[in-house]
Amino acid sequence: MANVTLRNVRKTYTGGFEAIKGVNVDVGDGQFCVLVGPSGCGKSTLLRMVAGLETVTGGEIDIGGRVVNQIEPADRDIAMVFQNYALYPHMSVYNNMAYGLRNRGMAEAEIKTRVEEAARVLELSAMLERKPRQLSGGQRQRVAMGRAIVRQPKVFLFDEPLSNLDAKLRIAMRVEIRKLQRRLNTTSIYVTHDQLEAMTLADILVVMNGGQVEQVGNPLAIYEKPATTFVASFIGAPPMNLMSTRPEEIRSQLAGSAAADAGILGIRPEDFVITDETPAGGVALPLTVEAIERVGAETFVYGSRQQEDQRVAATPGELPPGEVIVRIPGTEAPAIGAKIRVAAVQSKLHLFSGDGRKRIEA
Amino acid sequence: MVEEEGFRRYVAHVILWIGIAIVAFPVYIAIVASTQDNALIANGQMSLLPGGHFFETYYQTIFVGTSGSTREPVGNMMLNSLITALLIAVGKIAISIISAYAIVYFRFPFRMPIFWLIFITLMLPVEVRIYPTYKIVADLHMLDSYAGLSLPLIASATATLLFRQFFMTVPDELLEASRIDGAGPLRFFWDTLLPLSRTNMAALFVILFILGWNQYLWPLLITTRDDMQTIQIGIRKMITTTDALTEWPIVMATAVLAMLPPVFVVVVMQKLFVRGLVETEK
Repeated sequence: MANVTLRNVRKTYTGGFEAIKGVNVDVGDGQFCVLVGPSGCGKSTLLRMVAGLETVTGGEIDIGGRVVNQIEPADRDIAMVFQNYALYPHMSVYNNMAYGLRNRGMAEAEIKTRVEEAARVLELSAMLERKPRQLSGGQRQRVAMGRAIVRQPKVFLFDEPLSNLDAKLRIAMRVEIRKLQRRLNTTSIYVTHDQLEAMTLADILVVMNGGQVEQVGNPLAIYEKPATTFVASFIGAPPMNLMSTRPEEIRSQLAGSAAADAGILGIRPEDFVITDETPAGGVALPLTVEAIERVGAETFVYGSRQQEDQRVAATPGELPPGEVIVRIPGTEAPAIGAKIRVAAVQSKLHLFSGDGRKRIEA
Repeated sequence: MVEEEGFRRYVAHVILWIGIAIVAFPVYIAIVASTQDNALIANGQMSLLPGGHFFETYYQTIFVGTSGSTREPVGNMMLNSLITALLIAVGKIAISIISAYAIVYFRFPFRMPIFWLIFITLMLPVEVRIYPTYKIVADLHMLDSYAGLSLPLIASATATLLFRQFFMTVPDELLEASRIDGAGPLRFFWDTLLPLSRTNMAALFVILFILGWNQYLWPLLITTRDDMQTIQIGIRKMITTTDALTEWPIVMATAVLAMLPPVFVVVVMQKLFVRGLVETEK
């Protein structure tokens, strides 16, 4: 049971590359914190710094009230689950889980109790004598989890633990991890690039980009009020539609003084409705339907705006300029090439400063 | 592999059988000759069927030796060869796995220069540095000793290189998991790296044992006492007797005996050897 606090944590590699540019995060006792961001954003580096596998070149990492910057990984009272599981290939499942305990000089009887308990929870009891290569991907994943559980650490660290599993298993394991973490009530830090995983697992979501924290908070709060255009387009799939407010067509529709400062307007695909009306204070756009994607419960309409639009902030999952995604429920959709009109109400508009770094409240 | 049909398959088999015959015939001759009477062989009347002197020839070879001037029982030579080959194989594996561990997993000053220094010794086998090596061994009073026979051959880069390449394929996460599990450098080496290198070590052992067993030039140089002779030198000395008839059955029996340990090692280690090639235990 422990808090994890990162105070202005920095990582500069010899050679001058700054991987982590001052991160402040506070993870409360028993909370599940997810670090999410595109590849190369520094999220794994940050996790490895918490684990003690990377040195900290600035700031402090505090686990349970103790600054651990100079403490060996084994003495930090953490357990880590690796992306490729890192199971010892020559040891049986039992020994994989028992190894860390033996190194700590724990009595064999106590080790046996702990390993068998973990195996029972993870449904590995029948496989304790097998070698990792005789297990399926999902089972190996569970062994890696078991190795972390038996230690009864203060903090669990997960480094993209599900990315080597197929889609179906990933969803099942995601739920398992969440249930397990709730039951053990152990503080956890979880790294992923999958925003869906991040949204569903996190108590606290940390969105990272380029070695910096873009936004920290409750996942739904972040979804509803993204602080920057990066967060807006990274969290949510398909991504939020971002467009410049400069064209007359949009500027004329934006009411209030806030609009004057705003350079970028964002609207989530699901907040659009196909309608001929324009809601008061809302925004309506005429579109030409370019493509339709039907996924069963919902349909995505890709439309292009008649006016040429200017390119807006370069962020992952960005749409080509002038293209708009609209999500509509069911499978009824307009024909390709049809001219439609979509609208969003005022409360669903997101306004950002021209550089996309600041959210503007209407 | 694609199964060949009919005629082509027979042709392939015939070629294979011819190959086997070419390889196996001299071995067969050696075995047959070792069981026959020396007078018959000397007369050029050797039969291609086994003779009746098997037990007496092998008894004399192993426990007595030839009746010539270098009268040394082959059993003793085999023991010398065995000790030398084992020392070379085990010593080389032990030293190279440790040096490879240092080079791959530790950051110390001049790490790469040291690696390249080890690497360029590949260009300096014993044959090239034979005079200085002899001088050193002589100065250290290691002539006519097992240390002198094995030490100069233990130092070489091939095995270090092999282990280095293998260690570099071991995922870093394994080391990191060990660190989190509280295993220090020695524990990681002993508990994880060594077991993972098992098949590599077996393969190397086979190669190095045979290499050590077949050494000729180096033992010839540094052994002067008959009781320190290795079997390869022994065979040669048996043939060069000028004052007497070469005792071919004993020479052939010695040749057969010289073949046995390498064959034994290959047969015993083959399973591990092949598993090392096909199994990815990482």
